[in-house]
Amino acid sequence: MSKAFQKIYTKITKITKATCSLKAQGVTNEELASVAGRSAQVVKIEGDEVILQIFGGTEGIPTNAEVIFMGKAPALKVGDQLVGRFFNAYGEPIDGRPLPEGKEVELGGPSVNPVRREQPSELLATGIPGIDLNNTLVTGQKIPFFTDPDQPYNEVMALVALHAQSDKIILGGMGMTNDDYLYFKNTFSNAGVLDRIVSFINTTEDPSVERLLIPDMALTAAEYFAVEKHEKVLVLLSDMTNYADALAIVSNRMDQIPSKDSMPGSLYSDLAKIYEKAVQFPDGGSITIIAVTTLSGGDITHAVPDNTGYITEGQLYLRRDSDTGKVIIDPFRSLSRLKQLVIGKKTRKDHSQVMNAAVRLYADASNARTKMENGFDLTEYDERTLAFAKDYARNLLAIDVTLDTTEMLDVAWGLFAKYFSPDEVNIRAEFIEKHWPKSN
Amino acid sequence: MMTTKGIVTGIVSNLVTVEVDGPVSQNEICYIIADDTRLMSEVIKVIGKNAYVQVFESTRSLKVGDAVEFVNHMLEVTLGPGMLSRNYDGLQNDLDKMQGVFLKRGDYTYPLDTEKLWDFTPLVTPNTVVSAGDWLGEVIENHQKLKIMVPFAFEGKYTVKEIVAKGEYNILHDVVVLTDSNGNDHKLNMIQKWPVKKAVTAYKEKPRPFRLMETGYRPIDTANPIVEGGTGFIPGPFGTGKTVVQHTIAKQAKADIVIIAACGERANEVVEIFTEYPHLIDSHTGRKLSERTIIIANTSNMPVAAREASVYTAMAIAEYYRAMGLRVLLMADSTSRWAQALREMSNRLEELPGPDAFPMDLSAIIANFYSRAGYVILNNGEPGSITFIGTVSPAGGNLKEPVTENTKKVARCFYALEQERADKKRYPAINVLDSYSKYLEYPEFQAYIAEYMSPDWIEKVHYIKSRMIKGKEIAEQINILGDDGVPLEYHQTFWKSELIDFVILQQDAFDEVDTNTPMYRQRYMLDLVIGICHIDFIFEHFNDVGTYFRKIINICKQMNFSHFESDEFNRYKKQLEEALEEQPKVEAGN
Repeated sequence: MSKAFQKIYTKITKITKATCSLKAQGVTNEELASVAGRSAQVVKIEGDEVILQIFGGTEGIPTNAEVIFMGKAPALKVGDQLVGRFFNAYGEPIDGRPLPEGKEVELGGPSVNPVRREQPSELLATGIPGIDLNNTLVTGQKIPFFTDPDQPYNEVMALVALHAQSDKIILGGMGMTNDDYLYFKNTFSNAGVLDRIVSFINTTEDPSVERLLIPDMALTAAEYFAVEKHEKVLVLLSDMTNYADALAIVSNRMDQIPSKDSMPGSLYSDLAKIYEKAVQFPDGGSITIIAVTTLSGGDITHAVPDNTGYITEGQLYLRRDSDTGKVIIDPFRSLSRLKQLVIGKKTRKDHSQVMNAAVRLYADASNARTKMENGFDLTEYDERTLAFAKDYARNLLAIDVTLDTTEMLDVAWGLFAKYFSPDEVNIRAEFIEKHWPKSN
Repeated sequence: MMTTKGIVTGIVSNLVTVEVDGPVSQNEICYIIADDTRLMSEVIKVIGKNAYVQVFESTRSLKVGDAVEFVNHMLEVTLGPGMLSRNYDGLQNDLDKMQGVFLKRGDYTYPLDTEKLWDFTPLVTPNTVVSAGDWLGEVIENHQKLKIMVPFAFEGKYTVKEIVAKGEYNILHDVVVLTDSNGNDHKLNMIQKWPVKKAVTAYKEKPRPFRLMETGYRPIDTANPIVEGGTGFIPGPFGTGKTVVQHTIAKQAKADIVIIAACGERANEVVEIFTEYPHLIDSHTGRKLSERTIIIANTSNMPVAAREASVYTAMAIAEYYRAMGLRVLLMADSTSRWAQALREMSNRLEELPGPDAFPMDLSAIIANFYSRAGYVILNNGEPGSITFIGTVSPAGGNLKEPVTENTKKVARCFYALEQERADKKRYPAINVLDSYSKYLEYPEFQAYIAEYMSPDWIEKVHYIKSRMIKGKEIAEQINILGDDGVPLEYHQTFWKSELIDFVILQQDAFDEVDTNTPMYRQRYMLDLVIGICHIDFIFEHFNDVGTYFRKIINICKQMNFSHFESDEFNRYKKQLEEALEEQPKVEAGN
């Protein structure tokens, strides 16, 4: 809509912490507005009364502030000029360079018709065996790291982003500390990959409600590269818990009845709308989403990780292993739901059984540890599982190990042979014959 | 007839207030006209001249003053030949007919093919007296014989006036003329419409179900069986394999028609079905799985209001096939998402919330829905059934939440997926002791299974369950007292429960052989394992017990991985016999 149609209102009738109301005509739902120069969006219309959500908060807004309706929903100008750039939640440059040109696309656009999707089938190797062995990722997947805030999750995510094969990496930072933002910037810059990065950053210094725009910005950019350029796009979202907290703030200020953990009743749908943008298209374009959900005291029953777990295709748990002191990908609670699509198909045939056997033995070790902690004698088998667990954590689960998908299986076979006999590992006989190290 | 019109007066998310100029009914469908699109909506509350409608689409860019047209009927499905293998959205729009990569707002596509010719065979002659649901003719779709019926909405008796000769007709061709008791003629083609929220009751009676619905899944068929026309539900925290269990049942169940309602779940799970089913074979008929399957996809990123509609659409379609005398399996994943959609709307309507902010009538809604499943005897004496299995996604894995609790009251089978088993990769993670099948207690089922499997079948099922209970108790004692703190025979009892667990209750859904175990094979392995449980082995030391049983378990698992009675299978069987032979045992009678 051109300027000529814009009408300026100057009579706000109600102001709350996040919203303001006024009487206005011809306003459309979800339309963007400017209130005293701050970005706002229509969230409710009742007759001639319009309620606007002010992203930057309402502090200092006077009742006679200028309100201008933009006649369109929030949008991003997409194009190749986005590459290598850093933007804020509104898609404005924060790197001191000019606003890129491109085609304007509304945020939060329609969903992909499920019958136009392709079943994901391309291995996304990360080089980290804790992921590739037990929780193999696939292009077009959506998966979060579940992690306590003190774990090095942003570092791991950067590592994965650099290892994984992709044409574009899109970083969405929500409530990211300035230090972490600079860490990503430096890491990508040092690795020489800035030419395939686009970043949308909301730091802890920015208003929290602005965060709500970040995933949509990142995914609108991702859809441009995946749909129009047929590229493999990796989207990193850190941290989705901050996003959910912003949702809760808005819902609270709009007087909605909260459900579990003070989160809005629509949390599941709100998160699903973001994560379901992950997709594999038949023509090769894809969007893979790797996110971070920070936990509070490791509690995964909290509404945010809980709803996330039901939406995403698995989750990767980061924790410190007390035995080795290393940060590992926890094999018990981690899961990649799409791994079956590539395990044994894009990796070696014995992958599935090796993975299960190792985890089973690791579980035996954890039983043995409980026994030991309760002061009981360990059997000789218990002792062997404990020794195995230590090696397994150090050589395969730790995030600082780098192996390709064949090497990791050979390392696992080596550990089996070191501590067990073939009939203790419960693996199909044909694989035992083929892969059991002969020298033992 | 005058149709009611209205204009939009308020919008919050997908709840729109409409001021109307005439009568409207609860649950009536209306269309909001926005620019050049028509957005389908449903009336969910009326106060005076204001109708509150939930819009089945995004309400972005709607504005006060937009026009609304009411259509004078509730949400309906269109029923007729040509639905098999189709992929519908929650409102029965054919997803394959939609243009473009993205779902376009207001794009509604016809669910059937009006051009295709069907080979119609009449089943009645003129002057036959018929009523709702009676079979008038037959067409064949894929390999299934489908019936053309007196529409379910027809009340009272009708007389067949004319019926076309056997031949090829499309679904819109009039094939029958019925005369009602007032002498009025009704021309019928092959399709009928039905409001999804009403149950089809065009059958004679609804007796207790009794016939086993085979799924090839040992922890279900053997331990806690479901029956044709039965109801079951699968609650489980995320990551415990709910989806795998559900897909395995959908693939392997002995059913004529399988309807999968993907309700608020992941799109990729539906894609898996689109992609794989056309290549997978139904082991019972040798036909492609896609030929018997209908998918109703309202994935989690599709409009929330249509989520509720999707389960009803699926149920109405299931009832249509049941009325043809077919065995229908309906799976809904997940009923929790449907309940959440109700919650979102109830919240927007500012209704007083019940537990966990769910609407107060949640329990009635769930009970009502489950009651539409069942085994029926049709007017002509033929049986038909809808077996319904719903999954539940309990928040935080806590089974004490409203959706799980209300479902537990009405579903007769309960398959409890357990986090601890999943963590230990003991799949499927169904905890056989927490789970139950009420059908095991039905005398009708007991009589059926005694005939079908063996007279002592139920006894054997109880035997392995009591073994599992003992094993669990002993495991707890060993944890407290230590390995040498309990008698040696406790170890043996514990390991016998492990044998049952590993060989019967665990099953590899990704192993082509192990995944689908026919009933004769389930009986064979059950007898084999029970036989081993009856042997009183002698061990020197508790360490030897575990070592020995690990070996036995490994051999039995290899048998599960091998084709039944193949050379490979027989080789392991021989190995097992030798292993059993060489271990000293207390001789019988001692």
